[in-house]
Amino acid sequence: MSAPAGLRYAASHEWAKLDGVRVRVGITAFAVAEIKDVVFVDLPAAGTAVKAGKSFGAIETVKAAFDLYAPVSGTIRAVNAALAASPETVTKDPYGEGWMIEIEPAGSDAAAKEWGVLLDEPAYAAHCATQKH
Amino acid sequence: MDYLPHTETDVREMLAAIGVRSVDDLFADIGPELAPKSFDLPAGRSEMEVRSFLRELSGRNATSLVPFVGGGFYDHYIPAAVDALASRAEFVTAYTPYQPECAQGTLQAMYEYQSAICVLTGMDVSNASLYDGGTALYEAAMMAARITGRQRIVMDSGVSPIYRTILHTYTRNLSLEFEEVEPTNGQSDRAKLFAKLDDRTAAVILQNPNFFGSVDDHADIVAEAHRRGILVIQSVYPLALGLLKTPGETGVDIATGEGQSLGLPLSFGGPYLGFMAVRREHMRRMPGRIVGETVDRNGTRCYVLTLQAREQHIRREKATSNICSNEALCALRAVIYLSLMGKQGLVDLAKLVRDKAEFAKDVIGRLPGVRVDRDLPTFNEFTVILPCPADEVVGRMIRKGFVAGFPLGRYYKGMEHGLLVAVTEKRTREEIVKFAHSLEAVLCA
Amino acid sequence: MRLIFERSMEGRRGVALPRPDTPAAPPLDGRWRRAVPAALPEVSELDVVRHYTRLSQENFSVDTNFYPLGSCTMKYNPKFTEAVAGLEGFRDLHPLLPQLEQGCLLTQGALEVIHSLEALLCEITGMKAFTCQPMAGAHGELTGIMLVAAYHRARGHRRTHVIVPDSSHGTNPSSAAIAGYETRTIPTDARGVMDTAKFREALNDQTAAVMLTCPNTLGIFESQIAEIARIAHERDALMYCDGANMNAIIGRVRPGDIGFDIVHLNLHKTLATPHGGGGPGAGPVGVNAKLEPFLPISRVIRRKDGSFFLDYDRPDTIGYIAPFYGNFGILLRAYAYLLLLGREGLAKVSEHAVLNANYIRVKLRDVFEFPFDRPCMHECVASASRQAARGVQAIDIAKALIDRGFHPPTVYFPLIVKEAMMIEPTETESRETLDAFVAAMREIAGLAEKDPDRVRHAPETTRICRSDETKAAREPKLRWIPEGS
Repeated sequence: MSAPAGLRYAASHEWAKLDGVRVRVGITAFAVAEIKDVVFVDLPAAGTAVKAGKSFGAIETVKAAFDLYAPVSGTIRAVNAALAASPETVTKDPYGEGWMIEIEPAGSDAAAKEWGVLLDEPAYAAHCATQKH
Repeated sequence: MDYLPHTETDVREMLAAIGVRSVDDLFADIGPELAPKSFDLPAGRSEMEVRSFLRELSGRNATSLVPFVGGGFYDHYIPAAVDALASRAEFVTAYTPYQPECAQGTLQAMYEYQSAICVLTGMDVSNASLYDGGTALYEAAMMAARITGRQRIVMDSGVSPIYRTILHTYTRNLSLEFEEVEPTNGQSDRAKLFAKLDDRTAAVILQNPNFFGSVDDHADIVAEAHRRGILVIQSVYPLALGLLKTPGETGVDIATGEGQSLGLPLSFGGPYLGFMAVRREHMRRMPGRIVGETVDRNGTRCYVLTLQAREQHIRREKATSNICSNEALCALRAVIYLSLMGKQGLVDLAKLVRDKAEFAKDVIGRLPGVRVDRDLPTFNEFTVILPCPADEVVGRMIRKGFVAGFPLGRYYKGMEHGLLVAVTEKRTREEIVKFAHSLEAVLCA
Repeated sequence: MRLIFERSMEGRRGVALPRPDTPAAPPLDGRWRRAVPAALPEVSELDVVRHYTRLSQENFSVDTNFYPLGSCTMKYNPKFTEAVAGLEGFRDLHPLLPQLEQGCLLTQGALEVIHSLEALLCEITGMKAFTCQPMAGAHGELTGIMLVAAYHRARGHRRTHVIVPDSSHGTNPSSAAIAGYETRTIPTDARGVMDTAKFREALNDQTAAVMLTCPNTLGIFESQIAEIARIAHERDALMYCDGANMNAIIGRVRPGDIGFDIVHLNLHKTLATPHGGGGPGAGPVGVNAKLEPFLPISRVIRRKDGSFFLDYDRPDTIGYIAPFYGNFGILLRAYAYLLLLGREGLAKVSEHAVLNANYIRVKLRDVFEFPFDRPCMHECVASASRQAARGVQAIDIAKALIDRGFHPPTVYFPLIVKEAMMIEPTETESRETLDAFVAAMREIAGLAEKDPDRVRHAPETTRICRSDETKAAREPKLRWIPEGS
């Protein structure tokens, strides 16, 4: 499970991919390693507003729940409906079929700033090295 | 009497095993400055002495009066088998069923309770109980706010005033807003309600029958609310569902209510039983414990607590509710009661209760000076308008051996002459006739 | 085992109703009626009796098994308290009676029970006043936090958060959240108590309250309590005592004496009311003088002539947190328990509870890791970390205990101990029971070394073994569905 190039990362282990105007979001392999037996991914409906650094949902196992944090602010334009029936896709293919939401960022200045704050690949790898599992 | 089995030898040997000289050594962390300033409790007594004392206290409560009082809590007959089964030690002294292998009794019973509440209310999913009908209504309001992301709740003031005050108290520190709408002619006023709905409204709260005893069909309110993305919460009286249109048929999103009438004694205010049942799409936002079916490693069907990730012990401050203990033993009583009643029994009981109430309405309505709205559909409870303040009438009726009902003026301004009269299957024709005669005598005095 | 619904036979009934003695009323108009009757079971009384009797036999319970669940205080529930709860003068009393004119005269006995219980709880905890309205411990916590909010509001303070240690029970932060507060969490130090230095840093003028369990969920007394209270009170932050562990200190320490402003008790723990498979409980809340005005209404007041009435005239009250006076049936049982035990009995409760927990600790510490190796109070927390290195986790040990006839201890709580097993024997257990439990635990530890697979395969003797909780959560099936639905 290696990450495709060009992604940016939040310290809370979400990845973000800029796809035209939208930002596609999921969680990283590092996060997924922590999670056994996903039973449910709690995602909001399209149209919901999200704020960078604030929780937009949660991923649930039998015994635990992990918050998901939006890497950028904006409005959710797409939600991965396949996760409702197969939540375990998140652990099997976190960067591909396990994507969670797509955000349309708010305004260009604020969006650029938020994007800039996200970690690039090497910075994220370094961050993971400092975290104990 | 204490329940401590250790002899002095036991204590001595255990202390030696631990490696300390006295029990006080085990409390060494607690400095002498922290000792109690007083601990002035009476000396312990034997069972015999305590029983005598408590029996005397119990005698100082008037349970010989014939009750025509309800207000959401009713004097129904509890079949002997309910007590016998629900008092089995394996149910009573068990803990929350966190270890499924040790607790299939509790778990299956709760699953059956959930199922019974669903068939009764016509809803898809029930939880395993909340404290009472009032806190259940509060939890429903919170759920609606969570689901819609909105903060405004519109409440029909025909909803129990006891419950409405609980909602206000609980939400004082939160940003939830309430708007109350008075009923007209005893039923929900559609025009007034619809006028209050806006795009900040999370839910409408209704009750059926309402506190005045009136029956209604809220389907039109549900249609209008849903048109605007607003949820509908309906608080209901479970025994009435032997007859009345269910929350499920009405299309509501969340049904709540008080389960006391399902085999629980009145017990001066508790323990009671809050039930909550929801449409399937709201299942994961529901508070409280939920039991689900699954299989074990051998493929044997079994039951477990499930969807626990919503609860306080996992989600902590993000939990759907802070609820931990529920009313499991009360829910057990309810499912045993409903199983004994059965499909036809509940229908027959509802008919019996309503027939008696209609008879009471009839004889009371014919008393001079007394008004009862004969066109308003009711179930077991109805409003009587007296020619003088209901408070006084109730006081005088007590001397005649009756609790005549509940004076509505206590909660509703302008209704000081209103009396809420409840009838159950326990009220005999004789009692009802004697009640009417006594009332007549009291009113003419 | 079949569901009660699956035993249905059309036409069977379990109850005979009284014969109608009033005329049949004209039927209710169709638009108010349900279309078809509820698909409740159609079974005979004997069916119901056999079904629920057999179901009950599938449970472990205090009356049948040792139940050392940490933090739950599974002590023996005296049969006498069940008996008095059945006294008709209490059982059949309608809660609206005292709200009628002169109605309090109809319920003097019940009002006296509440008033007397509150007085006893005040004396036990060192508080000035109690409310018995909260219907569970978590409900009591919420009530307590609402009192905190009312206190600060009355003083014009703007407080935003509550401080809890990381060992706290989940109900603490979730109750705080409902009252509109954020939670700040303080780590536990190497000695097993809240880190006072970090606490000092976190406390400021926006702290509403500090919620501590005392002793804490590791079974350790927060010995810095006087200092913590002093620091908190300097900023007018309130000290809340989660009294879940009161069994350890009853008669030895009173929360009100050592700096707490509010305390809640769990009557279904400390005062031996039965757990009922998850409830009902009761969580009365005690306060000192500065919080008394905010208590919920109604309050039971005793007049000079010894009679009781309900007081609703309290302008600063937070309002109603329950429909009536609390879970009266539970309050009555707790009151009976206090009358039976009395002063000496209650003081011995904590002594023997603490003795029993330490006895288990010393008998197991050579085979299980005890992260805080020091005398504990009424419960001790072991870690299955040694066994986990061999692939045997706390949950496996728990299941192996079931095979040996013991209900497992609490596992995976508190969250700060890996593979936690919280053991609370309570004072009502004999030495033989404790020795048997120790022997079973030692046997399992040995098996974890020699034959870990065997332990991981437990339980082997129960009808159900290792239920699939993932499946239950992924494919929720939460009710029986009638045929044709």
